Amino acid sequence: MIQLHSVSHSFQSERVLRGINISIADGDTVILIGPSGCGKSTLLKLILGLIVPDEGQVLCFGEEVCDNNIYAIRRRIGYVIQQGGLFPNLTAAENIVLMAKQADWSDDIIERRLHELSELSAFETRHLKHYPVQLSGGQRQRVALMRALMLDPEILLLDEPLGALDPMIRYDLQVDLRNIFRELGKTTLMVTHDLAEAAYFSDNVVLMREGKIVQRGSIAEMINNPADAFVTRFINAQRGMAMGVNYRD
Amino acid sequence: MINISQFNSHCLIAAICIFLCSPLPCRAKVDKVIIGSKKFTESVILGEIAAQLIGSNGAQAVHKAELGGTQILFKALELGEVDIYPEYTGTIRHEILATLQLKSDEEIDDALNQLGISITSTLGFNNTYAIGLRQITAQRLKITTISELINHPDLRLGFSNEFLHRGDGWEALKRVYALPQQNVRGMDHDLAYRALQADDLDVMEFYSTDAEISYYNLFALRDDRGHFPVYNAVYLYRSELSDSHPEIVEALKMLEGNISVDLIRELNSAVKIEGKSHTIVAAEFLREKFGITTSVVASPLGSRLMKATFEHLMMVVIGLFAGIIVAIPLGIVSAKKPGLGYFIIGFTGIIQTVPALALLVFMIPIFGIYAPPAIAALFLYSLLPIVRNTHAGLITISSEIQESADALGLRPYNKLLLIELPLASTTILAGIKTAGVVTVGFATLGALIGAGGYGQSILTGIRLDNYALILEGAIPAAVMALAVQFVFDLIERAVVPKGLRLKR
Repeated sequence: MIQLHSVSHSFQSERVLRGINISIADGDTVILIGPSGCGKSTLLKLILGLIVPDEGQVLCFGEEVCDNNIYAIRRRIGYVIQQGGLFPNLTAAENIVLMAKQADWSDDIIERRLHELSELSAFETRHLKHYPVQLSGGQRQRVALMRALMLDPEILLLDEPLGALDPMIRYDLQVDLRNIFRELGKTTLMVTHDLAEAAYFSDNVVLMREGKIVQRGSIAEMINNPADAFVTRFINAQRGMAMGVNYRD
Repeated sequence: MINISQFNSHCLIAAICIFLCSPLPCRAKVDKVIIGSKKFTESVILGEIAAQLIGSNGAQAVHKAELGGTQILFKALELGEVDIYPEYTGTIRHEILATLQLKSDEEIDDALNQLGISITSTLGFNNTYAIGLRQITAQRLKITTISELINHPDLRLGFSNEFLHRGDGWEALKRVYALPQQNVRGMDHDLAYRALQADDLDVMEFYSTDAEISYYNLFALRDDRGHFPVYNAVYLYRSELSDSHPEIVEALKMLEGNISVDLIRELNSAVKIEGKSHTIVAAEFLREKFGITTSVVASPLGSRLMKATFEHLMMVVIGLFAGIIVAIPLGIVSAKKPGLGYFIIGFTGIIQTVPALALLVFMIPIFGIYAPPAIAALFLYSLLPIVRNTHAGLITISSEIQESADALGLRPYNKLLLIELPLASTTILAGIKTAGVVTVGFATLGALIGAGGYGQSILTGIRLDNYALILEGAIPAAVMALAVQFVFDLIERAVVPKGLRLKR
């Protein structure tokens, strides 16, 4: 469904991606993890055609992403970013149904879909008429997810969707999100920098460092069979805090 | 890149010109004679006398008073925007036809005829330039001639801007008399008299028939090298009048030789010193000289204000509206194509730096006089704030919003319409408000080229030293600026999306 062949990209003469090869099959949930600046987000933007790679090929649904098919491909992909990216001039409902209106869906179908999604995302319908500025961070991310799912896309791309939330709200959303992934069974590629979150969502994890893929597999495999010293260091750095704390009273 | 942007802007300006011209009736050539006058009292009186005299002969005569300086009036006459205006032979030789280097007044007739313009004989007085100062200053310095100024290099000189730059003006005078003074300022002629009185100025130019000379105890220095030519007062008129309206030319010729130096000084004094209205002074002159009774209707304050408000509002609304229509797309292009935007914003910025009066004068060959050139200038001035704010409003939209809109698969046009313009609306409206206020203020200058509006009473007020008249223009202009602001505040409520106005 998604394939990247030897993709390289530079941003202001700095190499952000170096010869990336990755393939994501239908229905897979893949987690991209790595330190900040490793090129995770850039990878998602390449798939959406927001960035054109300097070298290599990006294929979506078997087609190379180019100017001709870009709008069609984007409508088959749902995209959620850390801050939600909701349009502040539109209400929650208007944000969600924007693209359905563009696609000339009938009002009935739009209305039905809106309710379906509210239920799925556990979003109270009374908040649908509110503007983004009136919503909490968690509510905003739920709206962003609903907007991404509105056209029932085959692929979901999520760029640190829970990164900006308080721990409690984050936990609730993690649970809901995993259930939604399981229920919908869509091809999902999610970026996070949090090891526990990665492990929670999938055992198909891709660890990146400085624009390269270091290892792909489950977190357990990375712990037991690290590809190199960096993998161990990255994992220990995240586990260290939790394990190092002495809970003596 | 430069060529493309210039080409585009030329096209746009041309399009706007057409747009601006179409709803305004170009001057219909009906049986209506338009008499113009310059923006000093004597010219206004002579214009009014001609208008009333022609009017009393059955023709329809309109006096467009205080249209501007020599250049503007003569251009207007050439273009047929006015049919008649009072002028002086010296000005014709040394300013209007300066390049022809005419030897004497006799050669003027032929030269003007080539341009389709005719001239009457002298009205009977010579209003030459004089260089003068206060009598007490002249006595203190013990000078009586212009050449003696050479011994007093520290004197402060103030001349009208026209005198500073015309062929027989300051530059020529300085050469002929080898004058050393460096402290020379340009200022309005009427204000110069006041500056002289207040001792802010030592020397200025007089028109020898000015009422102020005797009233303020001023002294005109003798032109001992004969620099200033004779400035016999005449009327210039379009030659075609002789064929189409011989009776009008005949009426005009009645005035030849009938206004002496003493008489014109009296008339000037009646308006400037006694504060009578020029229409009444002209009517009295015609009654006493020719026994002609003309009906003079003094317009009450209310109707004057109504007329000025209408004229002012027309200029502002059309200029601003055209500005909005053109500037918002230009701002959008600037934001989307930064390379082109660089030139668009630069170009509109350059327009903003053109002095208002210069811009008005540049517009005259294209649009003639009255409202159209003023509207075109207002349009040009309104561009920068709107273009710049539209550009700023669009480029400051966060990259997350931009990316989200793109990632959803919104096409550029829909993205602009549904997301970007609504988000930029507050900033764009702020630019429009700035343009609106600037436009209301600038439109007062329209009076300099006969566009009327609130500037008319400000101009007349300055000329006659009448503060009530100045306020009659200044206060409504300020009120209108506030009203424009208020209207756009209301529009803002309707246009700016609610989600942007809410606070958590």
